[in-house]
Amino acid sequence: MDPVAKDQVVRLRAAVSLLGRFPALAGVDLDVERGEVVLVRGPNGAGKTTLLRACAGLVPVVSGEATVLGCDLTQAADRTAVRRRVGLLGHTTGLYEDLTVTDNVRFWARACGATRAESDAALAALGLDGRLAGVVVAKLSAGQRRRTSIAALVARRSELWLLDEPHAGLDQAGRDVVDRLIRSAAAAGATVIVASHELDRAGAIADRTVTLAGGTVVVQPTSSVLASTSPHMRTDRRQNEGDGETEVLRVP
Amino acid sequence: MTESVAAVPAHTGSRSTRLLGLATLAGIAVVLVLALAVTGPDKVQGDAARLIYLHVPVAISMNVGFGLCTLGSVMWLWKRSRWWDTVAVSAAEVGLVFTGLTLVTGMVWGRPTWGVYWTWDARLTTFSLLFLLYLGYLVVRRLPADVEVRNRRSAYVALLAFVDVPIVYLSVSWWRGLHQEATLSLSTTISGLMLFTLVLGIAVASMGFLWLLVHRFRVAWLEDEVEIAGLDLAITERRAEAASVEVPA
Amino acid sequence: MFRDAALVAGKDLRIEWRSHVTTNQVAPFAVLVLILFAFALDPDRDVLQRATAGLFWIAILFSAVLAVQRAFALEAADGNRDALRLSGLSPAGIFLGKAGAIALELAALEVLLGIGVAVLYNTTWSGWLLLITTSVVATIGLAAAGSLYGVLAAGLRVRETLLPLLFLPVVAPVLLGATRAFEAALDQSPADGWSWVTLLTTFAVIYVAFGVLAFGSLLEES
Repeated sequence: MDPVAKDQVVRLRAAVSLLGRFPALAGVDLDVERGEVVLVRGPNGAGKTTLLRACAGLVPVVSGEATVLGCDLTQAADRTAVRRRVGLLGHTTGLYEDLTVTDNVRFWARACGATRAESDAALAALGLDGRLAGVVVAKLSAGQRRRTSIAALVARRSELWLLDEPHAGLDQAGRDVVDRLIRSAAAAGATVIVASHELDRAGAIADRTVTLAGGTVVVQPTSSVLASTSPHMRTDRRQNEGDGETEVLRVP
Repeated sequence: MTESVAAVPAHTGSRSTRLLGLATLAGIAVVLVLALAVTGPDKVQGDAARLIYLHVPVAISMNVGFGLCTLGSVMWLWKRSRWWDTVAVSAAEVGLVFTGLTLVTGMVWGRPTWGVYWTWDARLTTFSLLFLLYLGYLVVRRLPADVEVRNRRSAYVALLAFVDVPIVYLSVSWWRGLHQEATLSLSTTISGLMLFTLVLGIAVASMGFLWLLVHRFRVAWLEDEVEIAGLDLAITERRAEAASVEVPA
Repeated sequence: MFRDAALVAGKDLRIEWRSHVTTNQVAPFAVLVLILFAFALDPDRDVLQRATAGLFWIAILFSAVLAVQRAFALEAADGNRDALRLSGLSPAGIFLGKAGAIALELAALEVLLGIGVAVLYNTTWSGWLLLITTSVVATIGLAAAGSLYGVLAAGLRVRETLLPLLFLPVVAPVLLGATRAFEAALDQSPADGWSWVTLLTTFAVIYVAFGVLAFGSLLEES
């Protein structure tokens, strides 16, 4: 086993993770360096969510190698340790419906040890310190809830950000906020892994793209191949095929 | 005790269990003869007291089963031993049956003796709560979940139940101690042939319990083997998904 | 651990303050149980008065089931369980916080029901020291056991039916002990009651210890 490079935040080799009996991750190889922004794309059911959850230490890796932030994801104690060091934005909001925006963010921030100042700064950064501050979460729209979850995430100041389809369900302004967020996180030295179908947007910010399908990485191009993959360009790429970096496979 | 998956057995019997089974049947026959014909009736309770040769052995096996379930759960939590976890669930199921038998024989004995089907003495009350606790354990066990999760959850339920039982027993015996203790027992001390019959009965019940336990264990073990063997196949199928999906260039 | 517990308990109580579920739903349910007992038994022949202790504690037990379900339904909603695991809160702290909030809610219910019983069943309370000590210790035991089974059942589709099946047999001794202690207090013979308090304390200590040690494992889904 090669020693994990000090700046390597994520290292997976043939990692297998199960959801019940189902191998959601069926042998994933992945390397992510510190400070990188990586876009993970792939069809629905490819295992993107499970990959992020495994990196967050929520889902055990049952075989293969898996090291995140120096913690071995096959060991329960390490998984617990990695959790407070990452920030996961999932499909669910993780908010208490009966509490206000401010209460929610302050609670989750205090839970991970952030100060009141840090949580207030996060609320301000997401524009939640004004009219929405005292609104109960149950009354918010989906986009506003997403912003509240993001504020809770920002307050954590994690080393590794795991964002699962952060743009989904947001309007233009909301998506801009997410983009700004990813850029500022990267600028602050954090590593970001984003799972998204927003290939143009996320592709523009990402350093590189990884494609997941069937629980494995299908292609992991180096940063020289940018993931500008709007559908109308696909035929052109096919004609330019030959660099061997990407493969277009048949649809059943 | 483990069968290899490749063998895919048609049944869970083996030479040792067949011997055990036959011995148990023979033992039951002997005990029946002794209990019904050879030993005398109790002075006070009459023939109904003969149920002691069934009730007490079954109750003892029930308690052993409960103990095994708890031990298995502890060993699972401590050593992650699949063998012990399978012992736990098998002991719980067989124990549940024996608990039911204990309660029923108690009722059948109680009716002619005391005129009531039930008496709230410490033992019967504890046993009835035990039945419910076992049941809860088995319900939790059957919830659909990942193997690790299932085993861990049910192990904790078993431990919680185990810790509760002495508390229940103590509290009920304190409670009922103030009242007329209508327990199921004989009015004379047991000795001689009656003692022999009782001890034999205990031995036979234990053998029967063991026979059932071994078979249940094997079935549970094989069920888990099927799950585990399925994993490699599932991984292969999953990876094949990747080949059939269009990856946008 | 205690800081985390205070944080979690504070959060639960704040939610209760905003949503009023305990005051608007659980409390009326508890009073309803008392009233239903009066319908089922004969109110004119002192039956209710003699059975007061038992009926009181049964009402509390059923209310405890509701309170525990409510407390864990909050966490089952929308990814909060994941968020708790990611939060860095110590599981023992989460346990103590949740159990603490449940215990406080139950305590409030007990005061309410105490008044209810005095009014509806014509019972006069006496032996206050014994009553209060019993309540405190029994409530802690109920909250601790409830939190253990609550987290186990939380997130399962069958949780509404599973929780009573697991929880109620286990707390049967609490019902027994608390009822006997209350009866001793009402009969003006508290000496008998104190040994029951010891039993209740043992129960509470065991289940709190179990919770502190095992809650983390039970919180894991995988």
